[in-house]
Amino acid sequence: MVERRIVLPGELLVEGDYQPGLNVFKYGGGFYASKIGVLSIVKQTVSVIALHGVYEPKIGDVVIGKIIDVGTFSWTVDIKSPYTAVLNASDYFKGRFNPVKDSLIKTLKPGDMIIAQIADFDRTKNPVLTVQGSGLGGITKGVIVELSPSKIPRLIGRKGSMINLLKKEGRCDITIGKNGLIHIVGEKPEDEELVAQAIRKIEKEAHTMGLTDRIMKLMRKGRELNVN
Amino acid sequence: MSTEFIRVDGRLPDQLRPIKMVVGVLDRADGSAYVEQGNTKVLVAVYGPREIHPKHQASLDSAIVRCRYHMAPFSTKERKTPAPSRREVELSKVIKDALSQAIFLENFPRTSIDIFIEVLEADGGTRCASINACSLALANAGIPLRDLVSSVAVGKYKGHIVLDLNDEEDEVAEADMPIAIMLSLNKITLLQVNGVLTEEEFKQAFNLAVKGSMEINRVQRETLRSIYASIKGEED
Amino acid sequence: MKTFKVVSQLVRTRIVDLLNKNSRMDGRGLLDYREIKVEKGFISKAAGSAQVSIGSTKVLAGVKVELGEPFPDVPDKGVLTVNAELVPLASPAFEPGPPDENAVELARIVDRALRETETVDLKMLCIEPGKKVFVVFVDIYVLDYDGNFIDASSLASILALGNARIRKFRVEEGKLKYEDGYIPLPIRHIPVTVTLAKPDDGPFIVDPNLEEEFSLGNRISISIDELGRICGIQKLEGTLSVDEIFEAISTAKNVAPKLIEIVKKESGLNV
Repeated sequence: MVERRIVLPGELLVEGDYQPGLNVFKYGGGFYASKIGVLSIVKQTVSVIALHGVYEPKIGDVVIGKIIDVGTFSWTVDIKSPYTAVLNASDYFKGRFNPVKDSLIKTLKPGDMIIAQIADFDRTKNPVLTVQGSGLGGITKGVIVELSPSKIPRLIGRKGSMINLLKKEGRCDITIGKNGLIHIVGEKPEDEELVAQAIRKIEKEAHTMGLTDRIMKLMRKGRELNVN
Repeated sequence: MSTEFIRVDGRLPDQLRPIKMVVGVLDRADGSAYVEQGNTKVLVAVYGPREIHPKHQASLDSAIVRCRYHMAPFSTKERKTPAPSRREVELSKVIKDALSQAIFLENFPRTSIDIFIEVLEADGGTRCASINACSLALANAGIPLRDLVSSVAVGKYKGHIVLDLNDEEDEVAEADMPIAIMLSLNKITLLQVNGVLTEEEFKQAFNLAVKGSMEINRVQRETLRSIYASIKGEED
Repeated sequence: MKTFKVVSQLVRTRIVDLLNKNSRMDGRGLLDYREIKVEKGFISKAAGSAQVSIGSTKVLAGVKVELGEPFPDVPDKGVLTVNAELVPLASPAFEPGPPDENAVELARIVDRALRETETVDLKMLCIEPGKKVFVVFVDIYVLDYDGNFIDASSLASILALGNARIRKFRVEEGKLKYEDGYIPLPIRHIPVTVTLAKPDDGPFIVDPNLEEEFSLGNRISISIDELGRICGIQKLEGTLSVDEIFEAISTAKNVAPKLIEIVKKESGLNV
């Protein structure tokens, strides 16, 4: 296995016939990193898998957000990105929104969490959310843990290996918000806590090798304790 | 350069003071760093990119940088009044300019990146230490950067060109010249001369500053790398 | 401010294209200043004053001299303070209010060049050490802003200082006695500031006008005195490489004597 090379902003990565990928820019004939991260060269594309950084919204992403304000026709949702998102009442009530009859504040109030999808976003306007879709909507149970958005790929793992491990060994349903909020629902709080613990370990050791094995160990050990 | 000249604190002309750099020292901030250069101590927090208030300051095609350089009342020999002085206003601006060049501002339209600098103890070179700390804090926040910005001052002290002046030297120096540079791109992002120099002296001083900034840059990179190295060896 | 700063892409491209062919939109050579006009003694209530136009950029500087206390760390010297105002009538970009960062930066650039060269011999302005000295106020008013207010301000300031007259005085046992007539301030040097700008790919120019200032992206101000010494540098927006910095300095050194000539001719200063 190749060593995971940690690179820093301004570090010359390669020169020559390449394409700049994520977190890489071209200057003169060289390709440089723009963030702290792990170097990845796949075919001719050079990228850096960032270890820090805010969530940058993309249309189609599933995110987990917190209602922070209620307006007449919409909610304002904190999705832990540079931009707050909007959830329109017309979307929530499937276009049958009646401002006279329907009360937004009684439906979702500040502090409530939702799972939503980004329906619209560009440089000129803030993200617009939708909750129409399977698995989307208000969150009523379980726990939410935070993970750096840049470490989501690690949480998922190669072909879903890591997340499937967590679901299976942890006996929990896990919803990953691309913005770095993870929703965990299990039958017992101890199960949820064990998965949360594993995710915190991934946060800390995302860039190290053999992480899947260590997570496996942690889960099995935790399971034994939980059973006893 | 005369190497016989020994400075007030025992350093050689081309010698930096001891440096200490730590990143991620504040929990609430998106990025943070603490830097010591000699007795100069600087703490920096970066917030953002985030929604901008007041909204009219927003730029539709890029993030804006706001920077506050502030000296703590106890940071200087005489108590410094907390209200911002003209010097602090100017330094806030030049530090902001020195850093803005390094940030991919175009990635985050309509947002602000807010940089807060508190000089906890001032013993010369506070703007340089601030820039060094800001650069670490920006990287720590995961804000995309063209390069780390490395900064150091040189000066003319009793006829000698010297690196990284402390306060005692600075007070009597004939000239003081802070620079900041993006080394991998060979781009100067801050240059000020405060004092009188001939063109020859300027060249000598400038070259010494570039050399000094390389050492600063090396420590900055080591500091950022060390966080990951320490976890790398961890076993469970 | 935002709309004001927008220069059309056509103009921007044209400016850079022309520079690379060694010419400028207003027909100047790369190292030519716009026409510089000086009007001295403009304000009769001031000890000294000068209005300087560089093209249509116009700056008025006034000097006032008052009695005051010295700084505790230099008890035997008079005090020089420089203040700058970007008054709202000068540009849609300037807003009323206390000096913003641009005004503060301008004042400090001018102040540094005067202070570091000891242009005003402040020892001559001490009356009673630690107690009473003359305080020289230089107030810079940017009246019309078409780029490069730094060079215009530094010229206006040294001219206003050169033009200033104070009541003739003598000091007897620490007491100030006025005599008949007026004397000039003790001026020892003539620092001037040369501002250069360049696009990312292209040559340096001096004295950028407003469109050039907003289009070129990289700018630096260099103060030089009559002895050819560097007495202040401020890199403004953008970045420059190491070689470019050296080039900027030698260019400024070549251009500065022309400005110093103007100051000598207009003020009669002979240092």
